[in-house]
Amino acid sequence: MKKILGISGLLLFVFLVTWIAEPRFATAYNLQNIIRWSSLFGIISIGVSFVIITAGIDLSIGSVIGLSGCLLPMLLIGSGWPAPAALLAVLGVAAAIGLLHGFLITRLGLQPFVVTLCGLLFYRGLARWITADQVQGFGAAHDSLRQLATGKIPLTESFALPIPFLIMVLLGIAAALFLNRTIYGRYLLALGNNQEAARYSGVPIERMILLAYVICACTAGLGGILFALDVNSVQPASQGNFYELYAIAAAVLGGCSLRGGEGSILGVIIGAAVMRVLYNAINVLGIPTQLEFAIIGTVILAGVVADELIRRVAARRRAVREAGGWPTENADQRLDPGQ
Amino acid sequence: MPLLQVGNITKRFPGVLALRDVDLALHRGEVLAVIGENGAGKSTLMKILAGVQPPDSGDIRLDGQPVRIDSPRAAIDLGISLIHQELNLCDNLSAGANIFLGREPRRHGLIDRDAIHQQSLQALQRVGLDISPDTLIGSLPIGRRQLVEIARALSTDARILIMDEPTSSLTGEEAETLFAVIRELRTNGVSVIYISHRLGEVQGLADRVLVLRDGENAGELSGDTGPITHDHMVSLMVGRDVTQFYARQAHTVGDPVLEVEDLIVPTWPQHRLNFSVRSGEIVGVAGLVGAGRTELLHSLFGIAPPLSGSIRVDNQPATPASPIDAIRAGIALVPEDRQQQGLILEISLRHNIGLPGLRRHRQTLGFADRRRERDDADRMITRLDIRTPGPDQIVQYLSGGNQQKVVLGKWLALEPCVLLLDEPTRGIDVGAKEEIYRLMEELAASGVAILFVSSEMEEILGMSDRTLVMHEGRITGQLERADLSEETIMRLATGKAA
Repeated sequence: MKKILGISGLLLFVFLVTWIAEPRFATAYNLQNIIRWSSLFGIISIGVSFVIITAGIDLSIGSVIGLSGCLLPMLLIGSGWPAPAALLAVLGVAAAIGLLHGFLITRLGLQPFVVTLCGLLFYRGLARWITADQVQGFGAAHDSLRQLATGKIPLTESFALPIPFLIMVLLGIAAALFLNRTIYGRYLLALGNNQEAARYSGVPIERMILLAYVICACTAGLGGILFALDVNSVQPASQGNFYELYAIAAAVLGGCSLRGGEGSILGVIIGAAVMRVLYNAINVLGIPTQLEFAIIGTVILAGVVADELIRRVAARRRAVREAGGWPTENADQRLDPGQ
Repeated sequence: MPLLQVGNITKRFPGVLALRDVDLALHRGEVLAVIGENGAGKSTLMKILAGVQPPDSGDIRLDGQPVRIDSPRAAIDLGISLIHQELNLCDNLSAGANIFLGREPRRHGLIDRDAIHQQSLQALQRVGLDISPDTLIGSLPIGRRQLVEIARALSTDARILIMDEPTSSLTGEEAETLFAVIRELRTNGVSVIYISHRLGEVQGLADRVLVLRDGENAGELSGDTGPITHDHMVSLMVGRDVTQFYARQAHTVGDPVLEVEDLIVPTWPQHRLNFSVRSGEIVGVAGLVGAGRTELLHSLFGIAPPLSGSIRVDNQPATPASPIDAIRAGIALVPEDRQQQGLILEISLRHNIGLPGLRRHRQTLGFADRRRERDDADRMITRLDIRTPGPDQIVQYLSGGNQQKVVLGKWLALEPCVLLLDEPTRGIDVGAKEEIYRLMEELAASGVAILFVSSEMEEILGMSDRTLVMHEGRITGQLERADLSEETIMRLATGKAA
């Protein structure tokens, strides 16, 4: 909970500073754009957080976004598939990718970093090959389908809520319920903390890890669909490039530990929003865009450092409180960080 | 004049007085055992001597001169070396490289491998280790690694060796080798401070025994004034006479619950194991470390599924392919390594207790039964008298004994019919031990079949209705309570015919 307050504070801070420095930042148009993009990135960040909770990583997200972004227009326009069939097919490909990752990681015992790094290269190459590097798009067709990414629901006269926001909220609620209220979510958190003890407690380790990679790849596929519908011109060589890093950064900002076993869906969503607001602020404030990565990197690092410092202070306070408030026979051992 | 004289050491941790006015004297060429229950302050005192932690007050004199030991480096420079409970060696480096780790002799700025080889060979010979300095540490059994660590200490010209539970993971034979080395060192004028829970060892090895209790000196026993006896040490440690510690009561034993036939455990494919445990029976499994006892439990629980053979629980086939199968069949395992296998330290007591039962009590769509989980946690806290501020306490902040109760609680909540316990009282204090014995007794009385592995002879003698003795993967004997004695167990455990 404290983490969510912290990251919300950071979001508010960046938001207010930018708004004060440049009032045009808060125009309805700009805010709607920020919300739409934050939501799209929120969706893929939710997915990767499941993998990170198992102490794994998925570096292939950006390439999966690129591949599914190419596949969708190819199936719809090139092969003339009906929209539901094309959407299902793209999600099916994404799920199969997740299964493959999970299989290689759990059955062959390969390292998630290596498996998904190879995925990053492979799916990108595949996307460029099947499209012959040609830009893919929907042209003027499938306007109603494109509403999934570009549509808005008017709330007031000047402000309308982008549809991706609703998709992200629904997905977020489902993910939070899954993570915190179902036995599967509890299994994921347990095995992320201590895989061996989880196994000794009857947690089906392999199936749960497999599931995490499938969830991650599916949200990447969904993200790929929405990003493609949004931009309408998919560059096979660059669509989704680096998005895995944004997603991982959002998850870490939002309270996931790369050591596993920790994470909150709300935090991750806010983390994704911080990234987009920052990105937008850099544009709006006229900061040289060459500095974009440097600034985002600095803010994430500052956030993580602050979090670690707060954690240490809290741990010390807790130790004092525990030792003072409760008779423990092993206080000497517990307090020594060396043990 | 003693070599090392420690006076009035006091160390306070927030809210806890770990040591109060503790005195210790160590003479040249002496083995001083320091004993006490968990939390008595032994480890803290040793850390102070080894420069890991500073004392709040008190003075330390070496050869009569006051010294400050404010870092591990300073301790080593003064000739004090701490041999850790968990060995501090790098598995991927050779024995020689480990011995000189951090102080490698150099020539022209590069590591002088020849010098390392020669000097570490000498150091290894001093502890009677006949291995090449180029041997990888990872390829050595634990007992030999410990000797390498001692060799490293000696090569820094240590005059005082502090050993913290050195035999906790050694086989009987390895321990004997270690004792011989310690005696040899003593003859050569090295002084040893020896911390152990195993009073039998202390009895055989120590010249003097210092007993700590609740952070204070509780007394001292010296071999000069008569033999150091087991009962004497225990009564000083607990501060009262040891009465009937193992409260075994006669109770009716029912039908076989766990039946094992021709079981082949993966680590010992050449042996078939046959035995059964009846309802209400407590069966001990004795043997030396490495006899295959833990592997047997792992096979029964599906951690390392058996290669062949049959396991039946309540007359139903229950040969597990995974812990999930075993749990479904009503088998529970309290594993040997509480912190790594028994608990998820980072999550709450409630979630730890609830974890194995999540599947059984799942609701539609896989939602967890949170009310049930809360009730189970509350029930177990009361039943096992777990001392915790509440069910949401993160388990890593509980003491060892209470952590072990949480492990027991998570299985008791499932009401197993077969309970497997692997070293259930390792590293917990006397009070908590007593509670765990009482609980085993209670569970047996309610009809649970209990199979427990223990390396503490007393525990086996005190708790088991029947004892299986294992040696190198085989069951070398089954002893009824009437036939149980330390001698027969040791004979079977070392593979000599019964």
